[in-house]
Amino acid sequence: MDDTRVRIDVEPSGPSETTLCLHGDIDVFADAALAEAYASATRDGATSLRLDFDDVGYINSTGIALIVRLLAEARRDRREVLAVGLSEHYREIFRITRLSDYLTIVETPAAAVSLEEAAP
Amino acid sequence: MTALTRPVRRLFGRAAAAPAGLDDATAAAPSVAIEQPGIAVEIPESDPLFAYLQAAPGPVDVTRLELASAALQQLRDAGVALVVPLVTQGELIGTLNLGPRLSEQEYSTDDRRLLATLAAQAAPAIRVAQLVREQAAEAAERERYEQELKVAQLIQQQFLPRELPKLAEWQVAAYYGPARVVGGDFYDFIDLGDGRIGVVVGDVTDKGVPAALVMARTHSILRAEAPRLVEPGKVLARANELLVPEMPARMFVTCLYGVLEPASGRFVFANAGHNLPYLRTDHGVRELRATGLPLGLLPDVTYEETEGEVGHGDAMLLYSDGLVEAHDPQREMYGFPRLREAMAADDADSDLLDRLLDGLHAFTGGGWEQEDDITLVSLRRAAGVAVAGWTGDRPEVALTHDATPATAGEPLLVFSIEGAIGNEREAMTRVAAAVAPLGLEGPRLERLKTAVAETVMNAIEYGSQGRADVPVDVRVDADDQAIRVQVTDRALSGPVPDAEAPDLAAKLDGRQKPRGWGLFLIRHMVDAMDVSTADGLQTVTLTLARDGR
Repeated sequence: MDDTRVRIDVEPSGPSETTLCLHGDIDVFADAALAEAYASATRDGATSLRLDFDDVGYINSTGIALIVRLLAEARRDRREVLAVGLSEHYREIFRITRLSDYLTIVETPAAAVSLEEAAP
Repeated sequence: MTALTRPVRRLFGRAAAAPAGLDDATAAAPSVAIEQPGIAVEIPESDPLFAYLQAAPGPVDVTRLELASAALQQLRDAGVALVVPLVTQGELIGTLNLGPRLSEQEYSTDDRRLLATLAAQAAPAIRVAQLVREQAAEAAERERYEQELKVAQLIQQQFLPRELPKLAEWQVAAYYGPARVVGGDFYDFIDLGDGRIGVVVGDVTDKGVPAALVMARTHSILRAEAPRLVEPGKVLARANELLVPEMPARMFVTCLYGVLEPASGRFVFANAGHNLPYLRTDHGVRELRATGLPLGLLPDVTYEETEGEVGHGDAMLLYSDGLVEAHDPQREMYGFPRLREAMAADDADSDLLDRLLDGLHAFTGGGWEQEDDITLVSLRRAAGVAVAGWTGDRPEVALTHDATPATAGEPLLVFSIEGAIGNEREAMTRVAAAVAPLGLEGPRLERLKTAVAETVMNAIEYGSQGRADVPVDVRVDADDQAIRVQVTDRALSGPVPDAEAPDLAAKLDGRQKPRGWGLFLIRHMVDAMDVSTADGLQTVTLTLARDGR
């Protein structure tokens, strides 16, 4: 499927943490890109994933489903997931869908700390 | 077979016997004067005399007969000398028993011939008389039985509630279907006086009038004790205490009693051996468990209490075993799994009880004779979002809502887009631009945008089936109070299916597919969502108040 609406950069952001920088819309067209990005992030043995939504303007219900799928895989693989850069509106959507119960939402990229750093 | 010996004075001797089956009027006819009380001599089929008489060509002299037979001895003791078998169609249906001749002479050959002729002619007539009497007795028994059924039904119906409680935000429904042979099912709603409602479903073992009487007694006890004791465990314990000494042998009552707080949806219940209630929530269907012995079996029983919560949009079903124990023509039982599936398929648009009964009748087939009473009670709570003027008959977010809200004045925007996947983004942007001058607050605008995008996406996916040549129409109206967005599609796939309520935990565990968030999001984003269909078109109307939350 055409994925020109989205680009995902996969970047290491800590010893065991990888950041998926999402650019564009998270909808049906992000399917392959998100799956690829997850596979790439986990190949290097990252135990936590940071999803950076700072450059995302639109997430629809299909996009929510893709995030659920990624979260399910991460839980299966015992990887923790962190979400940064979500707008107030999408934080609300993550809350009512209860995604916020299963991943850690950090309100601004500046405040985002990796799970490793936050650990005692 | 019983032969009644009635000594009579008559032509052939001092003592004779009316054959079995003749009634008293016949025996007391003028020519048959009774001299002394009759003696009943029974000749069982197992007695050798029975077979002997059945095969005998004519009258039998019992004084000379050598046969190891108890009945033969009884006849002799009763003074019978001659037995004339009454045989018709090869079956011994009685005997004509005669004592010795008054002349003390033996019965002559002519006497015997005459008696044989008489017996041959009398036997069929007597058989007819016997059959008539048997049929009359059966008819009387049937009538008595039918009468008992009517009485049982009357008792039963007398104690069923005449109306259902009217609770704001709740849809309460009940069904009672008696079997022909009425069982002892019952249900009740008890006003506890503080807004709470006692809910009872029970079943008395046994059928007919005895079961109906026990049901009536149980009903009365619960009515008296529930408002006083309230707590379900205590109410059932008290009912048991009162019922144990009164309960007829081999009878008991299964009963579930719960207290519903309509405002919170809290349901506390105790169970005396009855079927467990099913609760359908967004997370699926589950049983609410509580155990306890049936009422009336043993004294000093305690009942544990269990608490459940019927959330907004949830439904609870209480039922008797007549439903789950119904059989199809192949004798397969309906069973709990089918009930659970039917419950899981419940939605706000249909009547749960109608759905269950339709499913049951489809399962049992047309010629089904209901084996046991069926009682169903459902308590459904309205969905918690977008409640506006719900009357208790149906939730406001019914997907088959017929009325399209009236829109007055010129629309802010009207446009059509191609029904191609991904075009919802464009529709969302255009609607956002159209309402921008209205000064909607940021978060509310974002909610409207998401609701519009999801609605158009549904229209494209289902109404247009993703075909660019099948358009989706969008119209935006506004007045002082609200913004309304109407999305109209060609309904190529029929109505938008009301997908299974999304449960994130189930999705993460793989029990639900990751998708299925669309309607959920729409309902959370706007103040109301209505669906109407007309002329092959389906229109979803989203309403958002301009100065809301």
